[in-house]
Parts: sequence; structure tokens; C-alpha cells
Amino acid sequence: MNILYDERLDGALATPDKGSVLADLQQALPDMTLLHRAEDLRPFECDGLSVYRVLPMLVAMPHTLEQVEILMRRCHALGVPVVTRGAGTGLSGGALPLEKGVLLVMSRFARILDVDPQARTARVQPGVRNLAISEAAAPHGLYYAPDPSSQIACSIGGNVAENAGGVHCLKYGLTVHNVLRLDVITIEGERMTLGADAFDAPGFDLLALFNGSEGMLGVITEITVKLLPQPQCAKVLMASFDDVGKAGKAVGDIIAAGIVPGGLEMMDKLAIRAAEDFVRAGYPVGAEAILLCELDGVESDVDDDCQAVRRVLEAAGATAIDQARDDAERARFWAGRKAAFPAVGRMSPDYYCMDGTIPRRELPRVLKGIADLSEQYGLAVANVFHAGDGNMHPLILFDANQPGELELAETVGGRILELCVEAGGSITGEHGVGREKINQMCSQFRPDELSVFHAVKAAFDESRLLNPGKNVPTLARCAEFGAMHVHNGELPHPELPRF
Amino acid sequence: MSQDSHDANRHEQDRHPTHAEANRPADQDASEALAERVRRAHADRTPLRIVGGDTKAFYGRRVDISGVGETLSTSAHRGIVHYDPVELVVSVRAGTRLSTLEAALDAEGQRLACEPPHFGETATVGGMAAAGLSGPRRPWAGAVRDFVLGIRLIGHDGTQLRFGGEVMKNVAGYDLSRLMIGAQGCLGVLSEVSFKVLPKPAATRGLRLAMPLESALERLAEWGRKPWPISAASYHDGALHLRLEGGAGSVAQTAGQLGGDTLEADYWAALREQRLALFTDDDPRPLWRLSLPNNIPPLALDGDVLYDWAGAQRWLRSDAPAATIHAAAARAGGHASCFRGQHGAHPDEPFAPLSPVLAKYHQRLKQQLDPYGIFNPGRLYEAL
Repeated sequence: MNILYDERLDGALATPDKGSVLADLQQALPDMTLLHRAEDLRPFECDGLSVYRVLPMLVAMPHTLEQVEILMRRCHALGVPVVTRGAGTGLSGGALPLEKGVLLVMSRFARILDVDPQARTARVQPGVRNLAISEAAAPHGLYYAPDPSSQIACSIGGNVAENAGGVHCLKYGLTVHNVLRLDVITIEGERMTLGADAFDAPGFDLLALFNGSEGMLGVITEITVKLLPQPQCAKVLMASFDDVGKAGKAVGDIIAAGIVPGGLEMMDKLAIRAAEDFVRAGYPVGAEAILLCELDGVESDVDDDCQAVRRVLEAAGATAIDQARDDAERARFWAGRKAAFPAVGRMSPDYYCMDGTIPRRELPRVLKGIADLSEQYGLAVANVFHAGDGNMHPLILFDANQPGELELAETVGGRILELCVEAGGSITGEHGVGREKINQMCSQFRPDELSVFHAVKAAFDESRLLNPGKNVPTLARCAEFGAMHVHNGELPHPELPRF
Repeated sequence: MSQDSHDANRHEQDRHPTHAEANRPADQDASEALAERVRRAHADRTPLRIVGGDTKAFYGRRVDISGVGETLSTSAHRGIVHYDPVELVVSVRAGTRLSTLEAALDAEGQRLACEPPHFGETATVGGMAAAGLSGPRRPWAGAVRDFVLGIRLIGHDGTQLRFGGEVMKNVAGYDLSRLMIGAQGCLGVLSEVSFKVLPKPAATRGLRLAMPLESALERLAEWGRKPWPISAASYHDGALHLRLEGGAGSVAQTAGQLGGDTLEADYWAALREQRLALFTDDDPRPLWRLSLPNNIPPLALDGDVLYDWAGAQRWLRSDAPAATIHAAAARAGGHASCFRGQHGAHPDEPFAPLSPVLAKYHQRLKQQLDPYGIFNPGRLYEAL
């Protein structure tokens, strides 16, 4: 089932004449960069999920809010869809263009407007890189907590649109927990402020609703984030296990001991080897799994917690426990984890990164299910997790040049997400639905629930012009997917166990 | 996959045994009865006043359904559906008493870190979530909505819906769960809520430090940039009140640096439940809540002020006109709401007016999710 926009299933789009839309926008916005030649559009044909590519009709690169307002009003009047793009690092195709749509690139809004150390907030434009906020706050002893792996490149506007996470979510929360206020422009060209510089605002919590709304409800034009004091110290323990299940259980044991680590990550054998080959982090290549447990805060508390975690890990059957002796070693331990995706990328021509979440107790069972799928379909899977919050990133290795392998990888990926849903989890923890997981949304939600999502969409964008086809599938798509799905289940591997 | 097996799988976690269910025979799943009432209300276009323990009826506008509407009580739909301390997750039916939930968490050394106020013994989990009010720990730990992982909701036509779930991270679809927190029942009937819970800290200490207001606000701004284990800070009656929570080492060390007197253990509950003098005195003046950015100096408003949330939440007893108070809060970057009217009466228009464009999208959202206006009509604003 093709993932690209299919008007038959995803809803009809207006078919405007490119030349007349171009002329209209050029006249309304003479000072705005508007790309229209195929060779200029090419760099924007995909986001971080590069297996899917579509050339947009036009690329708009405004540099003032007035231009964004006018662009919205014109597109609304012309019935032309608008897909908003930040840094283009998203992993779910949330910024995948439409061939009948305008791609609105927000990268020119890249200024940090204000860092207020007294109020512990930063006011930034959407194109500011995630890491740049922490860098600007650092002289005041402050930082911005959410740290997706792509933080050197991804922009805060995209982080809000996807409700991005990172390795420190369990303790410090997702983007939604760290944003105070959003300024947005609606598809009708109106400006609106959601949230406030205070901790709450009157009315419905539209701030929470817009976090993770994948550019479907409005265009984010300014963000005020909370800044936190940098922890006094951080220490990291690395534990090796001869069994993945034991490592999974140790994660729960740490939490049960009343400790909430700053980061609690797990990697399996294939991921360990890939990372070690790539960055020489000092990982135990013979281990079946490792846990990285970072404890941060005031030094005396961190030392107490390190002792407690060490005892838990020993009791859980860790074969080795190493504590980073200094910041350099700590950085090296993390370097392997942070480079895990590109490291796996070196082992295989292509890989497909999944993002399911599960209750932690289901970890051993779901891992077994993934191993079975890997064996059945003959594609290797490396597992990297934000174990503390049950967010799995299985990386499915394949070669897109081999006929049928991409489709096979998509099938395995879809099955893994269904395992997550069946275990009481979710198809996406932090990467978003985008276009990639649009079909799996049909497994996660019932038609009644999808209809409520459509109602929310209609309240803000009745004519379905903002990023149509992303995040929430139509009922028609789910009907088709349901029919295909049973069919598939009967076809290549009827012997596959279902969990 | 058939629809039936799909549903059975989707709700698989419900089948896990829970000690709560074994111990409380009075617990029951009354969601279908609630849904049926909503279906009838939908068919008859009957407005519903949704109540749990009815402890927060004073909060918000009066839902006037006299003669035309009915009261829908969630209190029979109660019980902890699922609590797994290792997962840091608890799922609770809306009619469960908040005190019951807190006792169950306490037994496992855990808690709701947002420490929501009860305002009465009969306060329910559903009412707490719908009101969305958070306690003194809010600036450091997060608000009620920050700890909500998922909900079950009865929609306007009586359909039972589920959003979010019992996992820490979930970005599938729009965040309907958090949208419902603080919506005061205007968008649907909350029937169950799943929360992230946290372990209680190893050590807690309360301190009272006598000092002028200006010094207290200055110090709070400075301490806010330090990784100190502060988890509550209020100022009134010439003293700063601080709560330290964390490891034994950091709490002892910080308390040693700060000095001051030891604060009675029940002080924070008294603040949260509005039992301190500013709230209880026989004072005819309205009680206002100001929600402001960090680091705002005292506002030039007549009346008596209690500072909570290190100054970001202020309780004001004042006779000043509502427009004056709203304007002062807005100028400072925040907003005001009237908690109690003159002589404790119900205020007519408690919440700060929305901008025209925000009001428009609030109405559109209400129209989409509750087209016949059956859920708590007018509780937040007249037009909702």
C-alpha cells in the first residue's frame, strides 16, 4: 500500500495551475523567495525519512511574519495546501511535500530573540537549532532540557510540531513539558498566542494541543521555552548483561528502587558492535545488552544514587558494571549511544528506524517478538531504546537496491508497531506519525476516535489545507488498510505468531 | 485482525490483576451507564452539569441548567483500574476519590507530583483533572496536565473514546488527553485518567525565613538558577517559606546554607487547600488568583497578597474592579481569575477575557466536539 498521498484514499486536493499560483504569490509577495524550478525544488523533496520523495509545486521561504500571514491568506483563498518544514530532520515524513502544495520553509526565522536568566526563559524563532538554545543559555548556568539525537541540526519549531523527546525525557519531560508559549499563524492568516509567559493561560489548553500536531493546526512562528539550571554533576554507569531480558528487567528494578535517572538507555548486541566499530566507546562487544544509566543532580545525591543503582544492577545479574571516571569517559560512553543510528548505517546500505513505545514490563516479550520477525523475514534488526520510558528504536537493516527489500522492511516495521500497540503501547513515542505511520494509526485508534481527531482539525483548518494526509488517516484509508492487512496476514508467513 | 480481537488487544492492560480491585468491592465500572446518560442527553439536547464530588462548584462560571438540564455524577464510576508502581503509571476511574488514589500511591512510596488541591473530602480524580489545578510544587515538578498520559472520554454522542495511554511517550494523533485537563468538562465527560506518578523523595524539609518581600523575590530569582532541591516557595506575613525535597545529602546541605526556622509539616497542605489566614478570614473582598511570569515585582493593586510558586502564582484579596486586576495581570505578562466573589459569592465572569481570535477558535472547538452544547454549558465562558 503506497505511502505517498493518494487522493482516492486521503481526500481530493484542488488541482491549481502552477503558473497561476506562482503568478498570484509573486504578485502578493514580491520580496519573498519563491522557488519553482525543478532543480531548485529538488533539495526539498524529502525530510529525514529520505526513502520517500515528492517534488513540491513551490517552495516559499519567507523571512517576515507579514509574509507568512499573506502566504497563508493567499493559499487559503486559492485552496492550495501548505506543508511547513523546519530543518528537515524529521524521521516520519512529517514535512514530506505535496506535488500540489506549497512547501513553507521556516529556516530563515533563526534568531534567538531573548534569553531572560531571571525568568529562566528563552524566546526564539522556530528555525533556531535545539542545541543553540542551550548554548545561548549556558553563560547563565541554564539549559533547555529536551535533547533529541538530532539536536545539533533539528530546529525548535519542528521539535514543537513533533513534540520531540530525547534521552532525558523520563526525568525532564518532552517538548510539551518545556514550552510555555507559542505564537502561531492560522491558515486564515490570523495571529494567535497559545499559553503565556506565566505557567498557565485562560481557556482550553491549546498549547498542549499544538505540541505534536505536526503542522496540521497552524504555523508556529515563535516559541518561549523554559530553561532549567544545569545539574551540578552527572555520572554514568554502564552495565553489561549476557541476556537482553535481564537487562530489560534491571530497568524496572532501578525505577522500583525509587530512582528516576536523568537518562536510562539500552542497546542490544548488534547495536553495541556497530557503535563500538564506529566510535570506539569502550563498549563490551561480547555482551548481549548494555544499559547506560546517567544520574544527575547535587553531587551527594548522585553519589548515593550511583551506589543504589550499582546494587540493583548487581542483583539483576549484570556481568560487569563500569562507572565513567571523569567527564571525558562519560562523554565517550554517550558517544556510542548518540552515534548508534549512523553506526548501524555503516553496517547496512539502508536502515529503517522505528519508534514504538511499550510499558516497560513488556520489553522482554516484545524483544522476543522482534527477534522472531527478524528471523522470519531475514532482515537483521538492531535495537536501541530509551529504556527508562519504554521507547524503542528498532533499526531494520535492508538494501533498497535489492528489489522488494524496502517493502519487506516496511512490512517488518509495521508488524513491530502492531506488537507495540498490542502490548498496550503506541506506534510513536517521539518521531511522530507523519506519513510514515499513517496506516498504523488505524491499528492504534478506532474510527470513532479518528473522527474526533478530524473534528479537532476542522476547528482550526476546515478546508484541510495544512499538511493534509499527515498524522491522522482518513476512514477511507483505514478501511482499505484493514482489508489489505488481513490479506497480508494470510499471505507470506501465516505461521507468524501474533502477540 | 477483526475489530473484536483488535479491541481486546488494545485494552490488554485492563486484564492485569490489580490489588486495588481485589480490596475494594465498592469499585465498579459504571462507564456504560454514564455513556447511556450522555446518549439520552444528546438525543434530547439536554444540557448536563457534570460533577464528581462537587467540591469545586465554586470554580468557574455557574452552570445554569435549572429547568432544562440534569446533573451527571461520575461518583459511581470508581476504582483504581490499574496501578503498576514499577511502570510509574496509575489508571483511575473518574469517580474515584482523590484521597483514595493518594493513599494507594502512598502505600507504594509514590505520589502525584503536581499535588493537586482537594477543596473537600469528596474530591474525585475526574474533578481534579477537569479543573486542572496544581499545588505548590507546580513550578518545579509540573502541572496536572504534565502528568496525564491518557484518558477515556465520553463524547457528545455518548461514544466511549480512548486517547493517549499508559506509556510515558506517545505522540500518535493530537493530544486530546492534555486538552481535556482544565477544560472543566466543557468538551466531554472524563471517565478515566492515566497518570505518570513519581517516587517520593528520600528527604523533605520545610523552612521559614523572616525577610522583606523584595529580598525574598530577589533570592528566589537567584536560587532559581541554582540546582538546589527547592520544591515549593511561598511568601506571606513577613516570611519566605521554602520546601526542600531530594536526597538526604542535598536537603541537609541546602538547609544548612539557608538557615531559618523549621516549618510545621502540614503547612504546604494548608497552603494548597487554602486554609491559611488569607483564604479563611472573614473577609468580604473577592479572592483573585494571579498567574504571572517568574520574576515579576509586586503589582500596584490594592489588597492583601500571598505569594506562591516563588511569586508566579499570587492570591489577592482585593476590592479593586475586575477590569483593573485583569489589566494589571495582563501588563505583567500573565492573567487573573476570580476564585471567590464578594462575600464568597459565585463570581459572574471569573476568567480573563480571551482575545477575539482565541475566542473564535475556542468556540469552533466547542462546536466540533460538543455541537449541541450539552457539556457544562457556560462553565468557562458564556459562549462555550
